[in-house]
Amino acid sequence: MIYHHLILRVVTKVLVGTIILFALYVQFHGDFSPGGGFQAGVIMAVAFIIYGIVFGLRNVKRVFPEWLVHKLLALGVLIYAGTGIYSMFMGYDFLDYDALSPAYPTIGQHWGLLIIEFGVGVTVTGVMVAIYYAFAGRPPSISNEDW
Amino acid sequence: MIDTVTNIILLSMLVITALAIVRMDRLFAVVMLSGVFSLLSALLFVTLDAVDVAFTEAAVGAGISTVLVLSTIALTKPVEKRARHTALVPFIVVCVTGAALVYGTLDMPAFGDPNAPALTHVGPEYLARTPVDIDVPNAVTAILGSYRGFDTLGEAAVVFTAGIGVLLLLSGLRRRREDEEEDQA
Repeated sequence: MIYHHLILRVVTKVLVGTIILFALYVQFHGDFSPGGGFQAGVIMAVAFIIYGIVFGLRNVKRVFPEWLVHKLLALGVLIYAGTGIYSMFMGYDFLDYDALSPAYPTIGQHWGLLIIEFGVGVTVTGVMVAIYYAFAGRPPSISNEDW
Repeated sequence: MIDTVTNIILLSMLVITALAIVRMDRLFAVVMLSGVFSLLSALLFVTLDAVDVAFTEAAVGAGISTVLVLSTIALTKPVEKRARHTALVPFIVVCVTGAALVYGTLDMPAFGDPNAPALTHVGPEYLARTPVDIDVPNAVTAILGSYRGFDTLGEAAVVFTAGIGVLLLLSGLRRRREDEEEDQA
């Protein structure tokens, strides 16, 4: 696509790693600081979208293939709901995270929050990237000069 | 004092951005300015101490939706269609709605009022029980994930459904068209 923009390419390569790192921080530090699965998922998706914008859709699909995106999008909800089902099997209420560590309920709650936030993050990343792929995958009707 | 100055500056920049958006007809510039609008709103949320909301607004409003609207424009036209009717009726509707909303805020409790209904109902109980029940420093995560876990599961399901909907609408159409072309060939 836009292979001649050297500065854009270099800056993007530097930024993508940082963005992913920040997304992971927001994801797994959500119990202690602002943020959580939703924000982390969006930031993670932004990393792939910016890569797609600069290096082209074909290259980003080699990094993060479309079938994987579609699986992830469903997997997140499955992780979340699965946590609830697990707590039901352990004899607790649906989504009662005490079930994850019956002896120490607060630790169970910690684990529960981490797991469900991870589920939310996975779904949001999947959905955002899938929507981007769906839009960007269609042939554009206006040329670069018309912008 | 500094809060008031910041708020006045941010709000007037919001208004200027909104006016610029209304006056432009190059959609590329409009999308960029709406990204700026989102970023300014995110800053306003920060001054209101709602960092979580500011986070989301900056990432979704300024980031993702700008990209998505840009890709939508790439599928349509870069210039706004000239309106055939006068803007008088919409203008009146907007003014009346705006006045009604401002009138509505007159009854609302002042910002940070400890007796506000939102702060006297279940809020204090969540804040009192979070350290005992869940023991995480960020009460927002505790409330969203644990006390309101069903709601958040519903939200995740909504996001999932939205994604599936877009996939069905956009990717499905493309595949069908390719099939038709193959049939014709």
